[in-house]
Amino acid sequence: MSETLTKFIFGRLTLDSLPLHEPIVVGTFIVVALGGLALLGAITYFKLWGYLWREWFTSVDHKKIGIMYMVLGLVMLLRGFSDAIMMRLQQAIAFNGSEGYLNAHHYDQIFTAHGVIMIFFVAMPFVTGLMNFVVPLQIGARDVSFPFLNNFSFWMTVGGAILVMASLFVGEFARTGWLAYPPLSGIGYSPDVGVDYYIWALQVAGVGTTLSGINLICTIIKMRAPGMTMMRMPVFTWTSLCTNVLIVASFPVLTAVLTLLALDRYVGTNFFTNDFGGNPMMYVNLIWIWGHPEVYILILPLFGVFSEVTATFSGKRLFGYTSMVYATVVITILSYLVWLHHFFTMGSGASVNSFFGITTMIISIPTGAKIFNWLFTMYRGRIRFELPMMWTVAFMLTFTVGGMTGVLLAVPPADFVLHNSLFLIAHFHNVIIGGVLFGLFAGIAYWWPKAFGFKLDPFWGKVSFWCWVLGFWFAFMPLYILGLMGVTRRMRVFDDPSLQIWFVIAAFGAVLIACGIAAFLVQIYVSIRKRAELVDVTGDPWDGRTLEWSTSSPPPAYNFAFTPVIRDNDAWWDMKKAGYKRPLAGYKPIHMPSNTGTGVILAVFSVALGFGLIWYMWWLAALSFVCLIATAIGHTFNYHRDFDIPAAEVTQTEEARTKLLAAQG
Amino acid sequence: MASTATTADAGPVFHLEEEHAHAEGSSTMLGFWLYLMSDCLIFAMLFAAFGVLGGNYAAGPAPKDLFDLGLVAVNTTMLLLSSITYGFAMLTMVKGRVGATQAWLGVTMLFGLAFLSIELYEFAHMIHEGATPQRSAFLSSFFTLVGTHGLHVTFGIVWMVTLMIQVARYGLIEANRRRLMCLSMFWHFLDVVWIGVFTFVYLMGTLR
Repeated sequence: MSETLTKFIFGRLTLDSLPLHEPIVVGTFIVVALGGLALLGAITYFKLWGYLWREWFTSVDHKKIGIMYMVLGLVMLLRGFSDAIMMRLQQAIAFNGSEGYLNAHHYDQIFTAHGVIMIFFVAMPFVTGLMNFVVPLQIGARDVSFPFLNNFSFWMTVGGAILVMASLFVGEFARTGWLAYPPLSGIGYSPDVGVDYYIWALQVAGVGTTLSGINLICTIIKMRAPGMTMMRMPVFTWTSLCTNVLIVASFPVLTAVLTLLALDRYVGTNFFTNDFGGNPMMYVNLIWIWGHPEVYILILPLFGVFSEVTATFSGKRLFGYTSMVYATVVITILSYLVWLHHFFTMGSGASVNSFFGITTMIISIPTGAKIFNWLFTMYRGRIRFELPMMWTVAFMLTFTVGGMTGVLLAVPPADFVLHNSLFLIAHFHNVIIGGVLFGLFAGIAYWWPKAFGFKLDPFWGKVSFWCWVLGFWFAFMPLYILGLMGVTRRMRVFDDPSLQIWFVIAAFGAVLIACGIAAFLVQIYVSIRKRAELVDVTGDPWDGRTLEWSTSSPPPAYNFAFTPVIRDNDAWWDMKKAGYKRPLAGYKPIHMPSNTGTGVILAVFSVALGFGLIWYMWWLAALSFVCLIATAIGHTFNYHRDFDIPAAEVTQTEEARTKLLAAQG
Repeated sequence: MASTATTADAGPVFHLEEEHAHAEGSSTMLGFWLYLMSDCLIFAMLFAAFGVLGGNYAAGPAPKDLFDLGLVAVNTTMLLLSSITYGFAMLTMVKGRVGATQAWLGVTMLFGLAFLSIELYEFAHMIHEGATPQRSAFLSSFFTLVGTHGLHVTFGIVWMVTLMIQVARYGLIEANRRRLMCLSMFWHFLDVVWIGVFTFVYLMGTLR
């Protein structure tokens, strides 16, 4: 085969692109490949492909899509955490002339991949998954506004994750840090495929995120059950609404700025170059105009989770509902006015820095109001320290520390000292682990029985809880100290041996967190094994307050046999107090959307398009682009996208539940 | 009516007896507006980039050397006329006249194609003179902003052809009316963006 033909077919992909010279990567590949083959083999052996395809992959049911998002988040958490513990080990041993065990080329990819994966493919799928599962149930809807779009969004997120994972074994990932600042990420300094993997993975996933944001806003605005005014919405729904507004109002910025970076790399334009009038600092500004709202996209829904959990497990109505809503809205707005605090050292001058420093500090006011609302909800409540409540208390203690170091960093002169130090790393892990992750675990423990009909095993949950909480404190408090001593981030080797002890303590913390993750997986396994003991047939295992607890667990495909009418905040609590009785007859046929495989197909073409662009396989890029457009247009010729669940089937489902409830007494 | 938990004596009502159907497509307009606003943000970013970089000629050609305002005026006229004809298409759609709707859509498409042809001619002319996107940050941001708008118009034309086929096949059914409505908003949105391009890029660029 001639060289030109090879080049045409494979672009810049050659055998040398496979990282065969990196034993760690080869080992990982073997493990992943064997594990993957075992999984695929098991699915084939048990003949599950048809089931998975019909019931899950092509499903437009918001509950199943939500669960699939959670699975994606969990799988990617394992990958992101592997990167984390590799970094902790490297930094703990690279002293006294030792180079550690990771070369610079590999180490730089690891810290980039860790950040990208944890934000885009762990936190985002987890958060989107929770919102997808819970919001329609909380507002008494049968599904989201655009069920097909929901399925498509999910598969685009998976597509992005696949591209990131592919970079581990085919080529390399970016070595630029998780935001890929130019000029380092420009073609001159990063001529390899790493940054291209970064760009196209995020572009593919970004389409999914933006569309799912639009979808959930429409759902919350348009699909609420009668009687649920805006100020009667559960707080989780409110925070989800604000988060999705932030998504729609910030992800297009990311799309635009990554497109400009791609143009610089592919076409040779001069947006962010050092010469021909380009301006690298414009990239930093633009990406943080997305990046700062992004951190509130992650945390706001979890504020919602904590609100639901605190009210439920204190047996009280949430303290200060109205102030909670307004605090959320104020945070939403303020999150757009603080982006420059990520680079006070840019040199924009005292007045600009003061403005952004002050707006940043102001954010702590609504956030503080929330903390007090939760505390006052607990005050004189009958608190049940079940797992979700434990995570909530741990959050309040941990997050407050993270918030205070954030206010410290918001002071520009202090930031000049602490910029890019490990103090900053400790701060944002403090709020993301202490806020987002703890909240996710609270939310998972809280809504798991709703999704599967049985509770999670409390013993292993508590093991996981203590490992995580202690592990977090051991892993990140040393980084605060190191940061105050002036140690900068992203270092691979150290000269000063007196620092080593702190890195060893941090590595110990990472090992504890590893135990926490393992215990969480064991918890899921044990709970599934013991599901008969942990079963809940009432659909309301926690004596809940909001509408999702009024239906069965797991809810039927149509969520509610009759559309509920809302009379008060905490609708389900109100119904229980007012003597609600479950209707036993009079079921009507229910109109529902049909499943479709188009979302999967579109995502496959998008991944192929991304892969072609990354490796300069222009034929692949062009072909998959044409297929993408053709499939999308073809899909619009299908006008029959829904069906009716017959009344008989509804009756059957509901009578089965009636029997179960009667058997329980 | 079958009696359920809600008793006839004005007790509390906890649920609707009848199936509470959200009309098909009842969220579509809101959803499409939200999409348009997200798209608007992309343009906002491109305008911002042009605002920052628009004066960085890197010793290369400036707007005065490149822009032919006469040509741009003709181009703008094409796009504005296409918006008016799309409006006529919508008016005839409301009256349920398939043929007239299709005809006006066809006219709209022709204006759109004329706009694109003039734009491509302008680009080719500039590139021929050495004013390529790689020449300076000003030209990078110019080509990207105007080109992104042009890509949107291209996409709108592909969409229009698709809808014309669907209207021909299935008539002006509810779903097709909704789709024509969405494309209408998209098309007028592009018009509004072009007003911004015309003002900030061409007119004010020439004044610089």
